[in-house]
Amino acid sequence: MAEGSGGRGEGTDKARDEFFSEAQELVDGLGRDLLALDQGLKKNQFDPELINDVFRGVHTLKGLSGLFGATRMSGLSHQLEDALDDLRLGRVELTGAVLDLLFQAVSLYTRLLVAEKGETGEPAQEVEELLVALGQVSGQKPGGPNTTVAQYDLDPGLFGVLTEYEEHRLRTTIQQGLNLYRIRVRFSLTTIDSALDELKATVRPHGEIITYLPTGAGADPETIELEILMASAGALALLRTVIVGANVTVEDVPRRTSASNRPSLLAPSPAEARVPEEFGGAGPAGGGARGGGRDGHGGEQRSAGGGSGGGHGGHAGGGAESEPSPPRSIAARPGPAAARGPARGSTTADLSLRSISQTVRVDIRKLDRLMTVVGELAIVKTAIARLTERARGRTTGPREIAIELQRLNRAFERGLAQMQGGILEVRMVPLGQAFDKLARIVRQISREHGKEVHLVVTGAETEIDKLIVEELSDPLMHMIRNAIDHGIEAREDRLRVGKPPVGTIALNAFQKGNHVVLEIEDDGAGMDSKAIIAAAIRRGMVSEEESRGLTPRETFAFVFVPGFTTKAVATDLSGRGVGLDVVKTNIAKLGGVVDIASEVGIGTKMTITLPITLAIINVLLVEICSRLFAVPLANVDEAIALDESQVRSIESREVLSVRGVSLPICRLERLFSLSRERRSNRAFVVIAQVADRRLGLVVDELVGQQDIVIKPLGKSLETVRGFSGATELGDQRVALIFDVAGLIEEVLSPGENRFLSPSPQTQDGFYDGRRKAESRVG
Amino acid sequence: MRRVLVVEDSVSARAFVRAVLEGPEFAGAAGGCEVLEAQSGFDAMRLLPRGPYDLIITDINMADINGLELIRFIRRSAHHGRTPLLIISSLRAEVDIERGLSLGANGFLGKPFTPEQLRVECERLIQEAIGGEAPPTDRQRPGGGP
Repeated sequence: MAEGSGGRGEGTDKARDEFFSEAQELVDGLGRDLLALDQGLKKNQFDPELINDVFRGVHTLKGLSGLFGATRMSGLSHQLEDALDDLRLGRVELTGAVLDLLFQAVSLYTRLLVAEKGETGEPAQEVEELLVALGQVSGQKPGGPNTTVAQYDLDPGLFGVLTEYEEHRLRTTIQQGLNLYRIRVRFSLTTIDSALDELKATVRPHGEIITYLPTGAGADPETIELEILMASAGALALLRTVIVGANVTVEDVPRRTSASNRPSLLAPSPAEARVPEEFGGAGPAGGGARGGGRDGHGGEQRSAGGGSGGGHGGHAGGGAESEPSPPRSIAARPGPAAARGPARGSTTADLSLRSISQTVRVDIRKLDRLMTVVGELAIVKTAIARLTERARGRTTGPREIAIELQRLNRAFERGLAQMQGGILEVRMVPLGQAFDKLARIVRQISREHGKEVHLVVTGAETEIDKLIVEELSDPLMHMIRNAIDHGIEAREDRLRVGKPPVGTIALNAFQKGNHVVLEIEDDGAGMDSKAIIAAAIRRGMVSEEESRGLTPRETFAFVFVPGFTTKAVATDLSGRGVGLDVVKTNIAKLGGVVDIASEVGIGTKMTITLPITLAIINVLLVEICSRLFAVPLANVDEAIALDESQVRSIESREVLSVRGVSLPICRLERLFSLSRERRSNRAFVVIAQVADRRLGLVVDELVGQQDIVIKPLGKSLETVRGFSGATELGDQRVALIFDVAGLIEEVLSPGENRFLSPSPQTQDGFYDGRRKAESRVG
Repeated sequence: MRRVLVVEDSVSARAFVRAVLEGPEFAGAAGGCEVLEAQSGFDAMRLLPRGPYDLIITDINMADINGLELIRFIRRSAHHGRTPLLIISSLRAEVDIERGLSLGANGFLGKPFTPEQLRVECERLIQEAIGGEAPPTDRQRPGGGP
């Protein structure tokens, strides 16, 4: 067997990039499928196609991780594949405990991918523990039930082209007493994918498709005839009314024996003895005997029921089949990782939902629209060239040229705007991408805490910049975790106050102008504003007198102060603050804000408001010493003319009095050591604000507002604080963009630093909230 | 100039195979190698008429038309009955690989494989088909021997 360390240095770097984004997509898909399986399990339904999808996903991951030398991931996939194979071939029953393991695997995959990129260490121990737990799932293989397929008049070559899984499904469906049908359908090769999807959707409610066989009939190379083998409980007449079309026929697969509808398992017909070679394990015992030869291992597995008695020991084997041993149910033994209790919490506490993929899948129609715009711009270019010719030839007067240029300019602007819009649209992805992962977290955390929680999602189709979706995953996870940990009450407590026993967390997303609003609402215990105020007073964050004037919004904002939650706070609050300061910081980095509303006994609602995109922002362009800078408009409170007479110096810092409030100011020319060619006699102050911290930036000129595209500064400058990037302006001049938060922090000394806190008095109690969170659960 | 059709539903596995086959060790000697990618059985059927191919490489575990059905289709077709066919599949799918070989595939490689293994196996199958002297290889058998 190959040691899959190949790849590198073989010109496969690009392939490696593909590996990361494909693997991430596969892992995301696994999560979605598992959730669907979980939903089904709750209703006692089991969709074999879903488990096969999961199997195929893991199977592909195994192949890929091997090819690209991701050893640990390959190992995990290998074992996982074994377990899934048992599940899909019906050797093991799918239970909540097994699903737990599968969900665990999904989150480990994400961490392994990050590790593979060299960003973190591998979660080696967790993988080991999961492998042990999985080993218990797929321990012994009692062999799948055999059925007599031979009674159906199937093409003897059929089994040669069925994969082992398809063969299993065929046997299972026959055993369930379903009827077999053959759908013959001719498709055009160009449209087959969509046409087939349609057919699948039609067929699905009525049964299961076992396989698709191209018949190879017909000379027309542009079309293809498929024979679709399908199992259904429905009658032929019904199917014929459902599956209709010009090129479609539906037939019964006739049975060879004239026996009853029910497969006669106990008395195999003589036909069984003539099972063609390809039937392999179909003959109850014969398969086993033959399996010893060419078919090797596979035959052995399938015919375990028949034992190794050669010849026509069919009856003995048949007897065993008639009562196939039920699939083993896995006792809830989630393995050592789970057994340790609290440690298990850490699996979600330190887990990141950010995907490592940097790619965006784009609907081709979006690109087509962009292409159309490019075409229009090309026309403008041609017109400009023609106009240049005419101007050179002096056949056209300057006035006409001006008119023509103006017209072209308008066309150009229109094209550019469309282009900008189109590219923004390409960056947009539905928020649902982040929500899928959250649903997984909800399931996991609620199981850990033994609380039943129902997640209701609306607005998953709301689109937002891909980068924001990625950055949003972790804050959202923290908030949901908080809601389950501390919001939703225990079942008994809920029943006692007359609430439904199952808690609800609603995740709503919608667009509001240029913003996307996300609400996380729980119907839990809510937060007691009195207790919060008491704690804030105790911590000296607010005076008793001030506290009376606090709005609910201001009150709940204390929850975001790092380390706000301490033992001293009433117990019903403890833990509420875990990670929330981090949440607030992360959301602020995206240019968003978080608000809390809560009512005791009713629940808590956290609202995040975010810009739709990070790539294009509205800025105020300013000039300092003839150089251009951009201040994000979101951070600009106002801009005023500088009145030097109002500037005072307090503790060696210049302060400007604006309408009676003193505002620290910063002369940027000094901060950046810029030299001035000529003395200007006027200046302006741009009052920049982040949260409630303000700083006056002294500039020479206000140039105006503009939408700009942010470009990164590049590696060598990425450690420079105070700038978030650069942008190129229309006249090919370059402007640096201020990172106002960084700038404020840089300028105002640490003593005044209240960057993260909403209250002016907070000096103490600064410690790492995140570390606290970990120590709490660890 | 060689032409190879790669049928595989994983985009990065296709990229891997492409990188190896277009690399100088494989493509260099033959004056280049054109790799066509099909991401499904249907895709492959669309690309088959664009043959001839010196080699067809196919995965087995794919949605809709699986690799086995594709192999049978290829072997029954008028133009590709004798084109060398290499299965790339997980080694655990022994039954599937065995069926593929009996349907007329010429060889198989179990995933994961190294670039070297892929090159050697492709070279062997192509040489075998044109009647050349095939470099000796230890051909893997699923299930380990007789």
